[in-house]
Amino acid sequence: MPESSLETVAVILGNHGNNGTRLMQILRETQEALGWLSPETITAIAKGVGWPRAKVEGTAGFYSFFHTRPMGRYRVLWSDNITDRMLGNLDLMQTMCQKLWLEPGRVSEDGLVSVDTTSCTGMCDQGPAVLVNYRAITRMTQERVARMAELIQKQVPVAGWPTEWFQVEDNIRRADILLNNTTKPGEALKAALAREGNQESAANARSWREGVNAATRGPSAVLEEIKKSNLRGRGGAGFTTGIKWEACRHAPGDERYVVCNADEGEPGTFKDRVLLTRQADLVFEGMTIAAYAIGARKGYLYLRGEYRYLLERLNEVLARRRDMNLLGTNILGHSGFDFDIEVHLGAGAYVCGEESALIESLEGKRGVPRNRPPYPVTVGFLGKPTVVNNVETLAAAALIAAKGGDWYRDIGTERSAGTKLLSVSGDVARPGIYEYPFGVTIAEVLADAGATDTQAVQISGPSGVCVADNEFGRSIAFEDIPTAGAFMVFDYSRDMFEVARNFAHFFAHESCGFCTPCRVGTTLLKNLMDKIGDGHGTQVEISEIFQVSHVLQMAAHCGLGHTAPHPLLDTLEKFRPAYERRLKYLNFRPAFDLDGALARARQMTGRDDLAAHLGSSE
Amino acid sequence: MKTSNSEVSAQANARGARAKAARPAEANNVFTIDGREIPFEPGQTVMQAALTAGVFVPHLCYHPEFRPHGSCKLCTMKVNGRPTTSCTLPAAPGMEVENNTTEINDKRRLLIQMLLVEGNHFCPSCEKSGNCKLQALGYALGVMSPHFTLFYPVRPVDASHPEMLLDFNRCILCELCIRASAEVDKKNVFALSGRGLKKHLIVNAESGRLADTDFAPTDKAAEVCPVGVILRKRRGFAVPIGKRTYDLKPINEQADRFKPLTPLPKEEF
Repeated sequence: MPESSLETVAVILGNHGNNGTRLMQILRETQEALGWLSPETITAIAKGVGWPRAKVEGTAGFYSFFHTRPMGRYRVLWSDNITDRMLGNLDLMQTMCQKLWLEPGRVSEDGLVSVDTTSCTGMCDQGPAVLVNYRAITRMTQERVARMAELIQKQVPVAGWPTEWFQVEDNIRRADILLNNTTKPGEALKAALAREGNQESAANARSWREGVNAATRGPSAVLEEIKKSNLRGRGGAGFTTGIKWEACRHAPGDERYVVCNADEGEPGTFKDRVLLTRQADLVFEGMTIAAYAIGARKGYLYLRGEYRYLLERLNEVLARRRDMNLLGTNILGHSGFDFDIEVHLGAGAYVCGEESALIESLEGKRGVPRNRPPYPVTVGFLGKPTVVNNVETLAAAALIAAKGGDWYRDIGTERSAGTKLLSVSGDVARPGIYEYPFGVTIAEVLADAGATDTQAVQISGPSGVCVADNEFGRSIAFEDIPTAGAFMVFDYSRDMFEVARNFAHFFAHESCGFCTPCRVGTTLLKNLMDKIGDGHGTQVEISEIFQVSHVLQMAAHCGLGHTAPHPLLDTLEKFRPAYERRLKYLNFRPAFDLDGALARARQMTGRDDLAAHLGSSE
Repeated sequence: MKTSNSEVSAQANARGARAKAARPAEANNVFTIDGREIPFEPGQTVMQAALTAGVFVPHLCYHPEFRPHGSCKLCTMKVNGRPTTSCTLPAAPGMEVENNTTEINDKRRLLIQMLLVEGNHFCPSCEKSGNCKLQALGYALGVMSPHFTLFYPVRPVDASHPEMLLDFNRCILCELCIRASAEVDKKNVFALSGRGLKKHLIVNAESGRLADTDFAPTDKAAEVCPVGVILRKRRGFAVPIGKRTYDLKPINEQADRFKPLTPLPKEEF
């Protein structure tokens, strides 16, 4: 390992105080500087943070965006969500590979470039999308592919590529309270600090940290507003935010954390990207208010690796907020109210959207969901009580702090207060972000987005639910169809089998591998779908899908495994003909085509007589 | 990604269980498995209580000397009608647990079959045969074939160490060697890398070779492997096949062998 590389690693380690819990950032920055994480680099980092080498290698090996072998100076990753497929990403990738003399997944002979696919990068409304050296590029065309191949061959640095390629549009099509928010930075916070609790609301003696006067009623007053608002988590599970905050506030211990989950990995979801672009202040303000309510001094925003391009902008917002004393010590002159936020960047692992896996990742470890109980509200980041909330939840919490719980509760339906951001993509005239009060019907969304001839909508992504056209009267709400935000539309020209097959591949790629049913089961499902797709399927494979799905639903360790069979089971129930027209035989057929495997031998020997074919000689 | 609804109700269940435990009327620490009453000590998991009472629970990643892990999922039971990992679930009074039922054992059989196709398991030529928990559970649960199409992964063996052999072909990723090396030996010889189906065992050396670690045949990690990954060289057939632990008696008739130790391994977070 060259001396200069060792120095680079030493500087990065120093910047992070040789702290192993910061391993993700250390690995990312090292890779950005050195191109890849060589065995020597990993040894040096392990020595620096004082961890066993194998543990550092284990973290590096877990995340898709870290590589422990060279992947070329240009790494092109094609987003491979079904919406990218519908926009023709595979043809474009093929063209690119041809122009660069490459096979997908392989590094070019000269070590210059590699081209591969990656899970949805959250640009579904402006696909097909790619990541080049982890920078997002949208709206790929044949022309851009040709241009890009040229730039790579000429070895033009990515920083010198056309700036319009890196343009990410917000595409806000319908705005409501969140996207129309005009409160100024600090306004919600001031309102929260000004709030006085009523007589019954507990003082802060018990859980509030010692720095703040125990008689201050502000934090519990804010908590009361959040509870009154009936705000529920926007990440999909819909846990009541007030109850979560209260549990964390009352958990024993004097150190607490607020974590904003911006690991928006669910294919078809991109609303957090837009919120963080347009309303970053509101999100950070929500985190600060959560910190005030539960008594936390430190917060993290876990940003998915695909949104790397947002890092500098978010850090600027944080710096400005520090200047305004909206972060830091004695916030807004409130003695003892200290809080700061740091952006933590992920590295390509869908499972880290699960809150306990996210915490593991924040601690520099492999993103594997923990055993629960205990839940993060009592045992979270570094073993301390931690609140993990979705981006949208925290933004809503800031609005509630500013305008009150009663105001918020009146928006939406009785059981689903507030608004919901939908990320609309697929077969619609106007893809983008739509913010609606809860209770909006699927048909209304489709009409607004300019969808025609719609066959199905995949709501809340692959882990959500696939809705057929006889259900478009149903509404988006916790009591009907809850959603994390994805809304992928498929018209009648689309093959719903291919949709499900794409999702099966997604889950097999993203399973963390901790538990047997998910690690093996998601691959079994993928293989079964491929076998049917390749024309070797029979009823046997259909019943196998059900059998494997039941094991996953019964025994998997976390939500990823429990929900992985959903797209298959939904489409089997609602779009059975898409499967059945592929079943050509009544009895079981092997996936392996023995006669097909002889094709090469026939070609080499120049034979094509009957005896050179299996089956015909019987 | 979202948390599934069942997890939310699990949170509710856990709260319910705690609330129940506080009530003095139900304070006697007993629950039932397949109708049989099982006493437990506070802090015990459902599986620990079951094994203490002599009820066999299929398992691979559990070991009486280590904290529960919850990854193999063989011990899955139905608790008050809900499928749950019994090795990590704290026992609570009044729980109604199903363990040895056709429905649950059908799923357990599929889990064994998943493990069989994931690796390369050739019992007749394996020197761990008869001492292998995977094989023993296969017999106990009536596994007649691997059922699924075999994956045939390429997993080179590591014979670099003079005393020990690592045959990764049989690894079921239970992490017992990792835990033993970290917690008992204080060496951290083993760890995991990769994700999903590509997850695999690695050793603590830049070369990736066991010989370049401080692993010793006397380590706890050398004796905990439930299958045939970590093997002592030149010792393979010291006990002949036919005379081995699970040759003599099926594993499901040896519940006592897996009784938890008292005091229980301490919880650490």
